[in-house]
Amino acid sequence: MAEVGKRKPRVDAYDKATGRTKYYEDLMPREALFARIKHSEIAHGMVKSIDTSAAEAIEGVVKVLTCFDVPNIPFPTAGHPWSMEQSHQDVADRLLLNRHVRYYGDDVAVVIAENEVAAVQGVRALKVEYEEFPFVLDVQKAMEDGAPQIHNAYPNNILKHTSLSRGNYEEAIKEPGLIRVEGWYETPSVQHCHIENHGCYAYEENGRIVVVASTQIPHIVRRVVGQALGRPWGEIRIVKPYIGGGFGNKQDALYEPLCAYCSTQVGGRCVRLDCSREETFVSNRLRHAIRYHIISWLRPDGTFAARKLECFSNQGAYSSHGHSIVAKGLGAFPQQYQCANVVGDAYTVFTNRPVAGAMRGYGIPQAMFANESHIDDCAKAVGMDPLAFRHKNLMEVGYEDPFSKNVNYFDSYNQCLAKGKEYIDYDRKIAEYAKETGPIRHGIGVAAFWYNTAVYPIALETSSNRMQLNLDGTVTMQCGETEIGQGADTVFAQMAADVLGLASYRDVNVVSCQDTDITPTGLGAYASRQTYVAGFSIRQTGLLLKEKILKRACDLTRQAPYNIDIVDGNIVRITDGKKLMTLSELAMTAQYDPVNSEHITAEETYTIRNNAYSFGCTFAEVEVDIPMCKVTLTNIVNVHDCGTLINPALAEAQVHGGMSMAIGYGLSEQLLFDEKTGKPLNNNLLDYKLSTFMDHPHLEAQFVENPEPTSAFGTKSLGEPPACSGAPAIRNAIYNATGVAINENPITPHVLFKYFTQEGLIEE
Amino acid sequence: MYDMSALYEAKSVQDAVRLRLEHPEAQIIAGGTDVLVQMREGKRAGKSLISIQKVNEMRGISIDEEENIRIGSLTTFTHITNDPIIQQYINVLGEAVDMVGGPQIRNAGTIGGNTCNGVTSADSASTLHAWEAIVEITGKNGVRRIPIKEFYIKAGTVDLRVEDGEIQTAILIPKASYENTWGHYIKYAMRNAMDIATLGTSVNARLSADKKTFERVRIAFGVAGPVPMRALNAEAFINGKDVTLENIEAFGRAVLQDINPRDSWRASKAFRQHIAAESAKRCLIESVKLAGGEL
Repeated sequence: MAEVGKRKPRVDAYDKATGRTKYYEDLMPREALFARIKHSEIAHGMVKSIDTSAAEAIEGVVKVLTCFDVPNIPFPTAGHPWSMEQSHQDVADRLLLNRHVRYYGDDVAVVIAENEVAAVQGVRALKVEYEEFPFVLDVQKAMEDGAPQIHNAYPNNILKHTSLSRGNYEEAIKEPGLIRVEGWYETPSVQHCHIENHGCYAYEENGRIVVVASTQIPHIVRRVVGQALGRPWGEIRIVKPYIGGGFGNKQDALYEPLCAYCSTQVGGRCVRLDCSREETFVSNRLRHAIRYHIISWLRPDGTFAARKLECFSNQGAYSSHGHSIVAKGLGAFPQQYQCANVVGDAYTVFTNRPVAGAMRGYGIPQAMFANESHIDDCAKAVGMDPLAFRHKNLMEVGYEDPFSKNVNYFDSYNQCLAKGKEYIDYDRKIAEYAKETGPIRHGIGVAAFWYNTAVYPIALETSSNRMQLNLDGTVTMQCGETEIGQGADTVFAQMAADVLGLASYRDVNVVSCQDTDITPTGLGAYASRQTYVAGFSIRQTGLLLKEKILKRACDLTRQAPYNIDIVDGNIVRITDGKKLMTLSELAMTAQYDPVNSEHITAEETYTIRNNAYSFGCTFAEVEVDIPMCKVTLTNIVNVHDCGTLINPALAEAQVHGGMSMAIGYGLSEQLLFDEKTGKPLNNNLLDYKLSTFMDHPHLEAQFVENPEPTSAFGTKSLGEPPACSGAPAIRNAIYNATGVAINENPITPHVLFKYFTQEGLIEE
Repeated sequence: MYDMSALYEAKSVQDAVRLRLEHPEAQIIAGGTDVLVQMREGKRAGKSLISIQKVNEMRGISIDEEENIRIGSLTTFTHITNDPIIQQYINVLGEAVDMVGGPQIRNAGTIGGNTCNGVTSADSASTLHAWEAIVEITGKNGVRRIPIKEFYIKAGTVDLRVEDGEIQTAILIPKASYENTWGHYIKYAMRNAMDIATLGTSVNARLSADKKTFERVRIAFGVAGPVPMRALNAEAFINGKDVTLENIEAFGRAVLQDINPRDSWRASKAFRQHIAAESAKRCLIESVKLAGGEL
């Protein structure tokens, strides 16, 4: 193990830092036409007509396509693996453009023009006539009888309802002496805010359609484009170059199908479709706003007798990832804290809001905000320290989940909590801050999180890999798993170098671009799965390539196979350490052998049938200026057990990014809607308060490394977990500082003003 | 790619006046940090622009012959913050404009643009009101000077007469205003950078020689009404009073008689009022400290 576990610079660091890295816009042909979308300006209704004449008269406008032109082929968009069982397939409720518009910002027409200005002018010149319907934005109002019907196939707008039950809740709550703690918890719609907006370009080539897209999931997008256009999947080619982040928004087919369709309507010419930031907020995907209702029945000793959870997930106008998101949080509920009697219900409900889809954490940041806030409420109710309460009740070592078969192999929760406690100097500060009165108060909050790795057993987990030995002794590797800015290529190279016995991870050339015509099939970047699942196919393919190399080496060196190995890029006789030949010499000799030429390659697929828990926590310290209704986050630490670290520097960077996202989720970010019109109010980076550098203290990332036994390299998820526990830790810190329990996020000054006024901390 | 019909570049103030008379429909552009954003949003799409970016005589800070501080309208925020004259006489203005947007915006955005927009949230505006700045306007009939309060007509509208080819050329702070005076600005925003003010509060104070009495206190708010505004009742209350914390707290409450913030999705009226009273108090405490007073 030479490269795994070391702090190595990213393989793409120099090009990214110097601006050379090519994203889809850098690759775009100069002659590409511009497609711009006309979005609905009502929240719910039917397009009666679209007058395109003024738009078509604008110089430079090539073609106007409306909702009356597109094929009537409903398609799904979620970046889920295809399922051979129809009941597990994603809901197909999208059309390329919509007559029935279901949210303010829905797509009704597209203008294709020679230049951007003409396209924008064309969109502005379209005259759309609507028949307006009543609309509903609130998840529970949408479930009421008589609420506006958004999709005819779903009565009361309920996309899906699932339940869980363990033990006997009704009997358990009859135990004498129980303390009942109940709370409603509200989480907001937020957006991913990756730096690079989604966009793509498409053209036809020899009767096939090529789409170059900013996506996390090229192979899945190929399937969706094929479905949407009614074309065989093999006629679609998706190319994914470097992308500027995705965080789950690009784990959906976004505008690739529409862009491909546009190209087919202008004779296969290249058409580009680029989302503005304003469109990214409204017409891509959001994090689901989920409302929770939790009732816990506690014994005076601080253990749970029974618990009940209800979740109401605001899906927005189309199904996208649908019920999977809220279901993940529902599934985590009985696992995270020990309780024998648990019932739960989760509803995913259509509303006339923009569409919610996947976002870093996939329902768990919401669930953790609710449950970890509630845990502090429980600790308070039984008079326990919140940290002690967690130590007492979090999942026990050895727990095996009946559904996923995940096992809690190690004491990760307690180890992480202990590390965080020490870093933040918990006991001393808690005691010191308890004495404070006055307008400025300080507090410390803690929150734990539950997470897992990849999507087994809910959906397929597969990974494919291809390696070739180059003539200079280096290795070129193609993975189906995608680099989306997280550093995947670097850890892939580190793992491959170690399996093959190369001198450096720099000797592995990872082909970063995925091209569905040539890249081995992979499912893409999501579910914090890249390192875990790619590890299996990298190991398997590497072992095959190594076997082929050593077989050739046996012939060339006359040595027994068990006496030779690859060490630092050389064929070495391990019995005496003698270097027999370099990999380059071997590759050249094999390739140019006049009798028996061999291009040494390997390609393998591995089907993963394991999942792995990935646990940790956040400690946050705040200063609260009560009269100013302001919270300053002064200190924050995340502690993670994600198994063996492949690259500690990249792991820390991953945690920093997730913590930043959690800080915004806790304190400032929320997409707002006008109650009267359903119009988004703040779909830009000025009015949507993404937290900045200036709002962050030092972000401390720490790790506990218990090697994951099921993993090819001891590793497990770290992509999403860092975003899961920050917001409730901040909420609990504010609770600790002020005694005010705030059950909604983000905890903005407006929210603090409301609560502080209610609680009499400030004068009216 | 911006949807603009033409771009005219002025070489001098007189040239700018001429272009304005020739193209009355055109929009003046200086740093471009607002105009180009609006153009992209479609609000000024298709318009022609008159750029004054190259009119160097409108750039820079000096003390003129009447001992006014003279700030050329094209002076950027970064320049103002770092200028020794500003730092010596009216440091609060440099501090206030250092809270605009981020560094790139402050390198490009100008104080002229910040005031000619006529928006209530401009970070320079409340301080300029609190220091009773004079706006210098140049047109075909020459130069006229008006108090900044009169320059602001209503939200988004300032007193620049297109028919006279007028442009704003400088902002002046008279000696009587800045002499022996110290001030403090609080930008209340939802994050610590890249934000517009939910409320801007600028207070300055001149104390008696023994530092025991408020000789002159001035306060102005941004976002407490449709345009930046003074709180004259609060000023009248505090002037001549002893420098005590009690008086300062009463001063904070008194601003509620003056201001008229509105309810919007960005912030409620009650919230803005609460923050205004607290900010007024804190700004005055800080001003007293800067002026050498004790509390």
